[in-house]
Amino acid sequence: MSAAATSRAPSSWGHSPSSHPYQIAACCNRQTPIPPTDSRSCLPFGNGRSYGDVCLNNNGILLLTRGLDRFIAFDPATGILRAEAGVLLSEILALIVPQGWFLPVTPGTQFVTLGGAIANDVHGKNHHIAGSFGCQIRAFELLRSDNSRRLCTPEQNTGWFRATVGGLGLTGLITWVEIQLQRIANPWIIAENRRFASLDEFLTLDAGYETRYPYIVSWIDCAATGKTLGRGIYMAGMHAPPGLRKSPPPERRALTVPFTPPVPLVNQLSVPWFNRLYYHLPRPVRGLTPYQPFFYPLDNLLNWNRLYGRQGFFQYQCVISPAGTREALLEILARIAASGQGSMLAVLKRFGTKTSGGLLSFPRPGVTLALDFPNRGQPTLDLLEQLDEVTRQAGGAVYPAKDARMSGDSFRQYFPQWQEFSRYIDPRFSSSFWQRVMGD
Amino acid sequence: MRNILIIGATSAIAEATARCFAASGARFYLTGRNTEQLAAIARDLEIRSGQPVAQEILDLDELDTHPALLERASQALGAIDVALIAHGTLPDQQACQQSVALTLAAIHTNALSVISLATLLANSFETRGRGTLIAISSVAGDRGRQSNYVYGAAKGMISLFLQGLRNRLSSKGVQVITIKPGFVDTPMTAAFEKKGFLWAQPDQIAQGIAAAVDRGRDEVYLPWFWRWIMMLIVHIPEGVFKRLKL
Repeated sequence: MSAAATSRAPSSWGHSPSSHPYQIAACCNRQTPIPPTDSRSCLPFGNGRSYGDVCLNNNGILLLTRGLDRFIAFDPATGILRAEAGVLLSEILALIVPQGWFLPVTPGTQFVTLGGAIANDVHGKNHHIAGSFGCQIRAFELLRSDNSRRLCTPEQNTGWFRATVGGLGLTGLITWVEIQLQRIANPWIIAENRRFASLDEFLTLDAGYETRYPYIVSWIDCAATGKTLGRGIYMAGMHAPPGLRKSPPPERRALTVPFTPPVPLVNQLSVPWFNRLYYHLPRPVRGLTPYQPFFYPLDNLLNWNRLYGRQGFFQYQCVISPAGTREALLEILARIAASGQGSMLAVLKRFGTKTSGGLLSFPRPGVTLALDFPNRGQPTLDLLEQLDEVTRQAGGAVYPAKDARMSGDSFRQYFPQWQEFSRYIDPRFSSSFWQRVMGD
Repeated sequence: MRNILIIGATSAIAEATARCFAASGARFYLTGRNTEQLAAIARDLEIRSGQPVAQEILDLDELDTHPALLERASQALGAIDVALIAHGTLPDQQACQQSVALTLAAIHTNALSVISLATLLANSFETRGRGTLIAISSVAGDRGRQSNYVYGAAKGMISLFLQGLRNRLSSKGVQVITIKPGFVDTPMTAAFEKKGFLWAQPDQIAQGIAAAVDRGRDEVYLPWFWRWIMMLIVHIPEGVFKRLKL
């Protein structure tokens, strides 16, 4: 556990919207039932790393799950790990990496809980070969408010499994999870960086690299316009083979943003300059890097979300189906660049075809784009609604884990299985997100 | 590899401290009252430390069970290198004021049972000429306040008792450490509104305890700023202090 692992104030990562639960209840024993409540609804709250309101329950009860943070079983011979749902991925890595194992799929931060990783069916840089986190689960236990417990696996209680993977915490409380880890020879990554000058160049590069590298992600310059539109840096990586490097990576000392500055430091002046610099910064084409900076570049700057100031920020992550990828992405990038609202954190990645079967899972074949937007009120909301128009027309979807504003109509179009999903919702569970997208 | 006895192992501070010890290699003997919780914690520590963990369910209020407990722990571990006494309750001050029985029960659990265990452990450490005894007291033991003086009196008794033990054993190779946490966000303090910088996480306290062992400290306020807060509070003249609503 580290300072970053504690998150007492129940707010989401984007600090927007602000929310006030009626009551907070800490879970610390996986055998006990969900605490009784009056008519108010409950929602599990892990480490608060989802950006918008899927982890919030305004005027309801939040069940804090970080107290469920015990390992239950780990077999260093087979790499099968069972742990309580409030364990952070960072805690798992600290245990397994020295023993030659690694997470089968990891999102861009290690400060999420296992339960949160399932509830949002998170994905990582290896989606094109491994699928999402939900594809790696051997089993989990689902505790409902009627005190029933279900063992869910890909073969057993499959309806509950598919509803809970990506189910935004609404189907009940996940008490423990069992996953299959992947073998590694050492904690090092062979990384390769390539600049691309346009979206077309990205698409060509991607076709060549996808078969050779398990981990791929690209940074894209969302402030670039005209001839430079769609430029960025392509980053590919693979676990280093045995014998390449013996010494363990040096300990990294995390920096922290100690307080929320009165003026957002991410703004129209800083972003274009930062992006220009970042694009042209000389970097080695191929090299060895420890796994932490490769997978979790932002985890070394604790509380980086504070850089966006008191108003917080929105993240917009969409996926565009393969057929319409190029045109829709160009349209989205052009609109963002013209608005001058984007930030330095913009990421492009192609999803593979493997799916977890989660009824509300976000990852699907196509290219996904994720960007942060400082919250400037209505102009920001208007821009994001425009982007939604493009996404809807291209038959894409927006990621609920990152969302704080999509309309109910958009949600129902993006997630056509929502009706089947809603049959599995625990009658005593709800969230700010769910009330928002079902309310209008 | 240190052999560590943890009494009251299901307390949030004890569990977090055990994880710190596990990270640097440890074998554990745990006691607690809740069977399910203790088993879950023992299993977790086995995975973190890579060593088997022994455990037993025990009601520490029965003081005459203490010698046998220490006997079993010594046998299971070989010898005890570090003992952490972490059990305790947070009595309801209002209820205690109305009931002598509740007050004495709180003193029994939070002070007398600790003194019993500390005495037995200290004597065995003294015979061997080494060992580290850690007990969790509280800043509440530094001065009596109307809001929690029953708890405070019990913790104050521990603090004084450990001071004496330390004085007696410092030349015998035995380390005695008094831990004085401030407000900690744990299930024991679930009834409090936990806002502001004064509230610490069990993990922070645990790291402070592990550091105190490594650095050979005597009396440790956790987090550190409580030393200065309590220095101020202790020095307020009684004539003024008695009128404060604390």
